[in-house]
Amino acid sequence: MAAVHTRRRVVNVVALTLSGCATLLGLVFLAWILWVTLKNGLGAIDWKLFSKITAYADQGGLSNAIVGSLVMDAIALLICAPVGVLAGAFLAEYAHRSKLGATIRFLNDILLSAPSIVLGLFVYVIVVLPMSNLTHGAVSFSGLAGSIALALIGLPVIVRTTDEMLQLVPGTLREAALSLGIPQWKMTVQVLMRAATSGIVTGVLLALARLAGETAPLLFTAFGNNFMAWHPLDKMESLPVAIYQYTNDPNPALHAIAWAGALLITLFVLTLSLLTRLLFSRKKVPHE
Amino acid sequence: MSSIPATTEPVDVDRRSRTDARHDALFRLLLKACALLVLAALLGAALSTLWGGREVLFGHGLHFLASDAWNPVTDDYGALAPIFGTLVTSLIALVLAVPTSFGIALFLTEIAPAWLRGPVATAIELLASIPSIIYGMWGLFVFVPFMSRIEPALNDTLGRIPLVGKLFQGPPIGLGLLTAGIVLAVMILPFICSVMREVFRTVPTRLKESSYALGSTTWEVVWDIVLPYTRSAVIGGIFLGLGRALGETMAVTFVLGNSYNITSSLLMPGTSISSSIANEFNEAVGTHRSALIALGFLLFVVTFVVLLIARLMLRRLARREGN
Amino acid sequence: MSKSIRTAPRRGLGLSLLAAVVALAFGSSACATDITGAGSSFVYPVISKWSAGYAEKTGNHVNYQSIGSGGGIAQIKAGTVDFGASDMPLDEATLAKFGLGQFPDVIGGIVPAFNVQGVAPGKLVLDGATLADIYLGKIVHWNDPAIARLNPGLKLPDAKITVVHRSDGSGTTFNFSDYLSKVSAEWKSKVGEGTAVNWPTGIGGKGNEGVSAYIKQIPNSLGYVEYAYALQNHIGYALMKNAAGKVVKPMTASFQAAAATADWAHAKNFNLLMTNAPGADAWPITATSWVIMYKQPKNEANTKVAFDFFKWAYEHGQEQARSLDYVPLPDSLVQQIENYWKTEYKQ
Repeated sequence: MAAVHTRRRVVNVVALTLSGCATLLGLVFLAWILWVTLKNGLGAIDWKLFSKITAYADQGGLSNAIVGSLVMDAIALLICAPVGVLAGAFLAEYAHRSKLGATIRFLNDILLSAPSIVLGLFVYVIVVLPMSNLTHGAVSFSGLAGSIALALIGLPVIVRTTDEMLQLVPGTLREAALSLGIPQWKMTVQVLMRAATSGIVTGVLLALARLAGETAPLLFTAFGNNFMAWHPLDKMESLPVAIYQYTNDPNPALHAIAWAGALLITLFVLTLSLLTRLLFSRKKVPHE
Repeated sequence: MSSIPATTEPVDVDRRSRTDARHDALFRLLLKACALLVLAALLGAALSTLWGGREVLFGHGLHFLASDAWNPVTDDYGALAPIFGTLVTSLIALVLAVPTSFGIALFLTEIAPAWLRGPVATAIELLASIPSIIYGMWGLFVFVPFMSRIEPALNDTLGRIPLVGKLFQGPPIGLGLLTAGIVLAVMILPFICSVMREVFRTVPTRLKESSYALGSTTWEVVWDIVLPYTRSAVIGGIFLGLGRALGETMAVTFVLGNSYNITSSLLMPGTSISSSIANEFNEAVGTHRSALIALGFLLFVVTFVVLLIARLMLRRLARREGN
Repeated sequence: MSKSIRTAPRRGLGLSLLAAVVALAFGSSACATDITGAGSSFVYPVISKWSAGYAEKTGNHVNYQSIGSGGGIAQIKAGTVDFGASDMPLDEATLAKFGLGQFPDVIGGIVPAFNVQGVAPGKLVLDGATLADIYLGKIVHWNDPAIARLNPGLKLPDAKITVVHRSDGSGTTFNFSDYLSKVSAEWKSKVGEGTAVNWPTGIGGKGNEGVSAYIKQIPNSLGYVEYAYALQNHIGYALMKNAAGKVVKPMTASFQAAAATADWAHAKNFNLLMTNAPGADAWPITATSWVIMYKQPKNEANTKVAFDFFKWAYEHGQEQARSLDYVPLPDSLVQQIENYWKTEYKQ
């Protein structure tokens, strides 16, 4: 009896220690990568980074890339967040045990691992080429096409997390809501999604984090633009594409700008995730 | 006086329930449309690769699947080496990332003091926000040299163990399957961990309290109560990570060594489906381009098969538990 | 709370919104002095620099993106860009089939780069046959007699050579493998030339930065990178014995010598590679890339600007090319190109 007790306590202590070590390991990797990025990119961060454009590369500016990334990431999120959350809600609430639900869930997992370059090519075929034919070449590559490609990358992440998070809302909450005579759509939106807000937001942030750093699908959709462009139907530069071009450039000064660009993406996602966390932590509905 | 509401109220309720029903149907339709959009996106993407790769997929047929040759000059393509590299690196990543993520999620939900949870959780999620090209550059400039210092030690320790030793013998150049697997593990860790942490928090407190009241240790509560309660979602999180590992491009490309080899050692350079595409696509024309798009289609197939096997294993597990 | 619900009708309106946006874009495209080019990453730094200078001079924007030569060729065929740029010349049949013409834009060199303890940059001498044997995996040690014979008095270690090549498809690899094919029959039959080849040995680094990082990190390694990259990032390069049997240094003069001794006059559509050029001072791995445009312009206004841009670049862009360690085309070649424009493009 005592032996069993000791063994259980030892297992517990070992497991908890290991879990602490795992956390430490994760943090060490984060600090390591951030340190390297900071060390290499900090030198290139100054006001010129935000005021000059990439056409004059040696002036050290990324402003058109920053604008392009902001515009395209925003449009991509506007597309994939509502669609993804609603599709996730469908899977969790209406198709939990149905064949269609199982199929979509399965295919969604496959979409998760689709190489981003393939999604870019797909959007090239269904958006860029038709646009080009329709407008006789006036509009071909565009920020909008880039956003659609990015949305396809973010979509499965949001679907997956929303589905999981809604399923975890206790059934008692559903029963309580329905017994009050609330229609199902109201229950889904006002009760379940609210209860799962924190999880759904996490999913959207993960999606944003993933799509904000993508290069490959943008080359064939948004193309890139060395000059400033605001219009979503113009060819648009983005931070990942600028980073990609600069890292392969012979000029070492541009390598530092590439690191600075990477630092910007990381900081952008960090700020957003902190802000949303601040915003949603107040509204949190406890599960019990 | 009381008769007036008695006659009007049923009408109101009736109308309301009819509007509700209509809204419900509309809502359901909207949701379904969104779900079908996901379906359409995947089928569209898969079919477009099938179409783009038709020359090699149908023209070269089995040879493409069974050969490990890759020669753009003679247009002789086989997908075996990239498939091998994709599977091996993803497997290494999962083996490393799943227990680590579990440990972190456990720490964040059960062990850490409340004031520490938020910052640490954000920090771990931050790992997901680092663009993959940075993982690549960090891997190339920092982690590969680091691994090349560690690898001689691996040769001397793990490499001496019979049977598995072969996996850890090779030239200490720092790049290769193992390095790529480790970088991938760091990349997918926040995905798995975020989901695990979120779902661990949804476990009803009374379940945990009851277990603690029975004298369970923290570890037992997590292993016997929390994990079974959240199993489906935890597996969902792992698939999320697996999906990313299978398709990850930039980070892998910089540290994998990119040679079309199938080797028994994890320290040797290899290649993966997505890194082959990313490497060669830009300059490829004709059959070469077709072969790369065909590789993209194969990645869909590989993912399909991997997920199918995982599902079947889970179902068997569930059945055994049901008995 | 009901936010996600309210987006529903908004997305229903999406189509008409899109139509409105398209209409808007048509309105704004009236001032279309923006032209687009895509392709080779080898010329990206130069064309970007030219584009900046040209924009300052004329206000016209030339937006060039390095999506790779394959991408550049595909895009010009699809008509989504105004000009393409490729590190590989298109053959006669393809040019005729699509009604395309091509001409060179700028010259650059490719250099063998190495990392051997105790051997200073520029001290190592190699020749084509030796380089081919190393990349074939036949010469595996630095103190191999074949290398020692080329480097009398140089103390080379008894260490294995780690061969590094590009993992991504590139014009650099195309010219490098083309050179090896010209100097080694075995290389030609076993491997051949292409933007990506089936490497008999070695590890692959992505891009110039991947290859140079490996060379810097791995002792006793040997690879190849673009001259501009090697120079600006301080990577040890080797000298080469050229076709005339003379040991040459990679530099502007030797690249220009290669371009000048190449027989452009007899190369139809400038379909000629400058590797293993015959001149006494010619650097053996010298490369160019080609601008590809329609002979019958799809968009006349844009095509006109594109020609104006390249004309300006040949006249005024030389200094900028030099500052990036690329070499401007020799005057005789520019003359031929301008004649080509007159005869082929019917301006």
